[in-house]
Amino acid sequence: MAFTFKGGIHPDYNKERTYASPIEVLPPTEEMYVPLSQHIGAPCIPTVKPGDYVKMGQVIADNSVAMSCPIHSPVSGKFKGIIQHWHPSGTRQPTMLIENDGLDTVDETLQPYEDDLDDLTPSDIINYARESGTVGMGGAGFPLHVKLRTALDKKIETIIINGAECEPFITADHRAMVEYPRTIINGVKLIMKCLNKDNAIIAIESNKPDAIATMSHAAEDSDITIVELPTKYPQGGEKQLIKAITGREIPPGKLPMDIGCAVFNVDTCASLYRYITKGRPLIKRVCTVSGSAVRSPKNLLVRIGTPYYALFEHCDGFTDDPYKIISGGPMMGSAQHSIETPVVKNTSALLAFCADEEGFEKEPVCIRCGKCIEVCPMRLMPTYLYQHALAGEFTECKKLNVIDCIECGCCSYVCPGKLHLVQAMRMAKGNIPKN
Amino acid sequence: MAKRLLVTSSPHYRSERTISKVMIDVVIAMIPISAMSVVFFGWRALALTLICVGACIAFETIFNHIAKKRNTVDDFSAVVTGMLLSFNLPVTAPYWVAVIGALFAIVVVKMLFGGLGKNFANPALAARAFLFSWPTIMTTFVRPFITPGLPVLYDPIFTNGAEMPEYIDTITTATPLASLKSGTLPDISLADMFIGNIGGCLGEVCAAAIILGGLYMLFRGVITWHIPVTYIGTVALITFIFPLTGGHFDWQFMTYELLSGGLLLGAFFMATDYSTSPVTAKGKLIFGIGCGLLTVFLRYYSGYSEGVSYAILIMNVLAYPIDKITRPRRYGKGGGYSDSSK
Repeated sequence: MAFTFKGGIHPDYNKERTYASPIEVLPPTEEMYVPLSQHIGAPCIPTVKPGDYVKMGQVIADNSVAMSCPIHSPVSGKFKGIIQHWHPSGTRQPTMLIENDGLDTVDETLQPYEDDLDDLTPSDIINYARESGTVGMGGAGFPLHVKLRTALDKKIETIIINGAECEPFITADHRAMVEYPRTIINGVKLIMKCLNKDNAIIAIESNKPDAIATMSHAAEDSDITIVELPTKYPQGGEKQLIKAITGREIPPGKLPMDIGCAVFNVDTCASLYRYITKGRPLIKRVCTVSGSAVRSPKNLLVRIGTPYYALFEHCDGFTDDPYKIISGGPMMGSAQHSIETPVVKNTSALLAFCADEEGFEKEPVCIRCGKCIEVCPMRLMPTYLYQHALAGEFTECKKLNVIDCIECGCCSYVCPGKLHLVQAMRMAKGNIPKN
Repeated sequence: MAKRLLVTSSPHYRSERTISKVMIDVVIAMIPISAMSVVFFGWRALALTLICVGACIAFETIFNHIAKKRNTVDDFSAVVTGMLLSFNLPVTAPYWVAVIGALFAIVVVKMLFGGLGKNFANPALAARAFLFSWPTIMTTFVRPFITPGLPVLYDPIFTNGAEMPEYIDTITTATPLASLKSGTLPDISLADMFIGNIGGCLGEVCAAAIILGGLYMLFRGVITWHIPVTYIGTVALITFIFPLTGGHFDWQFMTYELLSGGLLLGAFFMATDYSTSPVTAKGKLIFGIGCGLLTVFLRYYSGYSEGVSYAILIMNVLAYPIDKITRPRRYGKGGGYSDSSK
């Protein structure tokens, strides 16, 4: 098997700044900002009243609809109320403001499951997945329990655990795999048990040899296979990962489950295991802080709801005034308005750059070099989509399958004319005529 | 925080490749060709190249000024056009021909259609076709290594072959392609053909330098293999199987055909022009094969002995339709990669 996909790019990864830095614990701030929307699906509704005392790990917001996931208090202290606060998505959103009492009083109702893990049924695991508040930690934040339940209903042939971490700069999953491989492997076993499968594949890019070593060692006595993938962006994209591992392409509009695959991020597995065996819901995560404006780039274990400035301060501040701050990786992450925005469940990285490092071009020109078509992992023709989108010809964009675009950014990355290709495609997607 | 943050759409990370860097790579690839033209034809060859380049830059600047647009000469594409244009001229061409060629290439073919990336035909080749309005000038070739060579300042306004200085021996009728067309192998060794010790246009004679430049562009990712390989391969295949020397499978005839005229320059530097060739890999293959078929057809049956420039110009016009019929297969559809029945 080739273990790769067609297209893609080889950017400067810039991971060497943090890949060897052990995860450091960042103390929580005095005020914590917990947004009610931290996953794909319906936002949560607070389950506590302003003025209530909340304990660490206590459920403070939830929603009874299927596509949702509870939120737990990252600290103990007083819930002061709902405020409109900056959210990583770039808008102001309802956010729970919690005054930290600094005691970290744990919610005593959280009890680890102490019986034999083999006695757990799939529906037990799905219920625990929901209670744990776990969402996909690598990308969009898809609630784990929803994914597990859907996967259980379909026949899954291959469980793929995503440790590719192909975005430049980010080393959060890398450090997780090096520092707590057993937690991850045990989490993978729970997911295998939940989906009635006795094997799984963990995919790791070749630029993380130490993670491959630790994970292989931890997986030694199991039927979990570690697969080394060539380093190429976007190797960790769900569609690309499945293509690399199984040789199959997900048909347009379908889900991985439709071709017998289910993909989970490595840290998602660890989060599930921690909740079941230690009674610890998802209230902290590993976040890489890097970029040219950050004086001492680090991997931090951060409580959900910690504002960005605390992360930057812990990394000795900025070398220069930041020009751009990005939540997530430089290819698919979103630019941030404020350093008061909090870390949420799927914030895998926080990057700060001090100058115009992308070479923003006001009047970009297409020279028809075709590089965008060469690198598009979704086999699109970005240059034509761009021309049609700018001309407002959205029916043409639809015919050229703009809807397939995964917004990985490869086309914009290679374009010598510096066209704003991804932006044009987002615009086209939002304007696609119905039927 | 004093400064405001920039918020834009992702990606926030881009390669260092820019249009000017790509064009400078093309210029670098052409330097050996230019150098060899000076070796064979003397300093007047360099003077012609510099005039073409200078005129291209000047016309683009003037056009942008009149059209009240940002001057685009800093993308170096005018330099590339100028060099390619001069490569299509014989060393005896008067300077005014170079200037008219530059005017036609830059103003008519490139800028009037919207500038870089929007021209429908290769500017240098279209200019060459235009300059064939003066056929004697365009087909008067001199032998290389003539001493003392054509003076740089030699430039009578209405020159043609008849007015050459006496020591210059023009070979208007004896280019390798002309003899190939009549079915006889030229009286020149293949080694001379490869090095470029033959009469011809400035940039067409030295196969070695062209291949070197082509490999550089391939190595730098400026061009892909698709067009040069299919173009040269198609010409090779047909001339090998159906040589004009009578009989079949004549590798000597084939090799002479490949090393003669503008084939190599065309295949590496002209047919690969971004604006006027397809953007898809499959399209590039079709384009190269089409160029090859037309080149052999024109060389065998047309009034001129050369066919490369017209072959490429015809295919240029087909670049967009070829793109249209060679759209990549939709991801997840066809090709046996997916199995939606499961």
